[in-house]
Amino acid sequence: MAASSAPRSFLQVAATEEVVSPLRVVQIEGLVILKIIKHCKEFSPALVTGQLLGLDVGSVLEVTNCFPFPIREEDEEIEADGANYQLEMMRCLREVNVDNNTVGWYQSTILGSYQTVELIETFMNYQENIRRCVCIIYDPSRSNQGVLALKALKLSDSFMELYRANSFTGEKLREKNLSWVDIFEEIPIKVSNSALISAFMTELEADTPVTQCDYDRLQLSSNPYMERNMEFLIECMDDLSMEQQKFQYHYRNLSRQQAQQQAWLQKRRAENMARKAAGEEPLPEEDPTNPIFKPIPEPSRLESFLITNQIANYCNQINGVAGQSFNRLYLMKALHDN
Amino acid sequence: MAAGDRTVLQFSTQSTANLSAKVHPLVIFNICDCYVRRPDQAERVIGTLLGSILPDGTVDIRNSYAVPHTESAEQVALDIEYHHNMLVSHQKVNPKEVIVGWYSTGLGVTGGSALIHDFYSREVPNPVHLTVDTGFRNGEGTVRAYVSVNLALGDRQLAAQFQEIPLDLRMVEAERVGFDILKTTSVDKLPTDLEGMEVTMQRLLALIDDIYKYVDDVVEGRVAADNSIGRFISDTVAALPKLSPPAFDKLVNDSLQDQLLLLYLSSITRTQLGLAEKLNTAAQIL
Repeated sequence: MAASSAPRSFLQVAATEEVVSPLRVVQIEGLVILKIIKHCKEFSPALVTGQLLGLDVGSVLEVTNCFPFPIREEDEEIEADGANYQLEMMRCLREVNVDNNTVGWYQSTILGSYQTVELIETFMNYQENIRRCVCIIYDPSRSNQGVLALKALKLSDSFMELYRANSFTGEKLREKNLSWVDIFEEIPIKVSNSALISAFMTELEADTPVTQCDYDRLQLSSNPYMERNMEFLIECMDDLSMEQQKFQYHYRNLSRQQAQQQAWLQKRRAENMARKAAGEEPLPEEDPTNPIFKPIPEPSRLESFLITNQIANYCNQINGVAGQSFNRLYLMKALHDN
Repeated sequence: MAAGDRTVLQFSTQSTANLSAKVHPLVIFNICDCYVRRPDQAERVIGTLLGSILPDGTVDIRNSYAVPHTESAEQVALDIEYHHNMLVSHQKVNPKEVIVGWYSTGLGVTGGSALIHDFYSREVPNPVHLTVDTGFRNGEGTVRAYVSVNLALGDRQLAAQFQEIPLDLRMVEAERVGFDILKTTSVDKLPTDLEGMEVTMQRLLALIDDIYKYVDDVVEGRVAADNSIGRFISDTVAALPKLSPPAFDKLVNDSLQDQLLLLYLSSITRTQLGLAEKLNTAAQIL
């Protein structure tokens, strides 16, 4: 009755835990998209990264600005320089009223080959400091085909727990029902622009009904792109088969070890029977110092998961481009007939 | 009567005859964003323009950042240290981008601008001043570029004049991203490739319809025939390669089969992945 409507004291409010609403959508400003595209295109084919700044509001993560990172050398002293650069940029941006909360980072990729262990490690690093962070992947090679290849990724929570425990054995994965699809979650992107910008863009838009991206999309030759995709796919399959071989080796070792253990156990039992018959103390049935009882560690499945993810990505891309090519070919056919 | 002493006011135009500037859409976005975020008491935003000078003399403006400043009726103060810090930071990422000028919002050039222009001309030999009218005073957003030209009377320097130079506002990158995304205040979903393909094909269809209508109009005499347009159309139609139907069909079918092959391969790969997954994690060690 009246109890629930009484105002809560500050202490009470501060003490109640916030329920973290799940991240549903990432809202990016047009400015950020243009900056990312410019930075990635200028340095392609080298891979570049940058920081995203914005606000975390409820179930929407707003990204309002970004700045690029300089290309890192392997030198030790430049590491400190990198941190200084970041602080300097954030300080300067603060002075012109730009939100300077880090909400994630962006990186460019070639043909979608971004699932690496480094990505996961970077995610874990960021996650320690920021409650919600997102990684935006941009693929400049796909933009030559007229597609805006922008993706927002996040590690799924169950995967993060497993990673922290650093155990990727078969049983743990089965417990959590985690398969390779669950590692990364893709979050839908929304684009927002301020009213001033949209006024300018409406005005400055060229009058022609056909734009540059239409020319890119209608290009008939997609062969080089497909060829490279297939090359990457084949390499990944090789990697996957290597991982499979590692597993097979492990299983073989394990079964061999078990056979050895059984044999040793039999021998012990026979000995014990003999000893009992002779009236002596039976020996224990286990012997931890014997090397054949040493448990063989199971290889981690993280690599194979990542590779599987990678392959799935390539397959998806091939499907997408093939779909586009079908459209173009039929269009060409229709035009010719006319 | 100093008849022989006629001095002529010289407008030296030779150096600026072929100077023009090219602005990338990112710069406009940056400027608008800084204007929206300006502190309450400031009326306009001032900042530095970064870019490069192309070999043919055109100034290519690629990036920009705002510089805090204070302005009053008599004087203008610019935060020079901030300007240098940002410049150093930006150059760490892209050492090829140098200062090419400065920008301010608001229509026209004011008195204070001359001082700032002076400051920037100490950094760069011929800075370009860009004004972006965010107030839309003329009923449209005007973006203008100026350079400073010296007015000399004989040998004496009188004043500097802001002379407008042609500005190229082609938005190639913005077109690539898609104006639909950048024009509206919010877009719910980035379009997928197939949707984009659909839009493109609709545009192509619209263009072809336009051409049909035009040709019909000319044939019926409704519109005066323009020879150059007619030549363009005939060139375009002639650009379709003349292949015999069987050869063309073979070409199309071959390409179709290649794509189908790739699709088949990728489907097999995915099946394989599914199988491998099941085998790897379902196996239990007894």
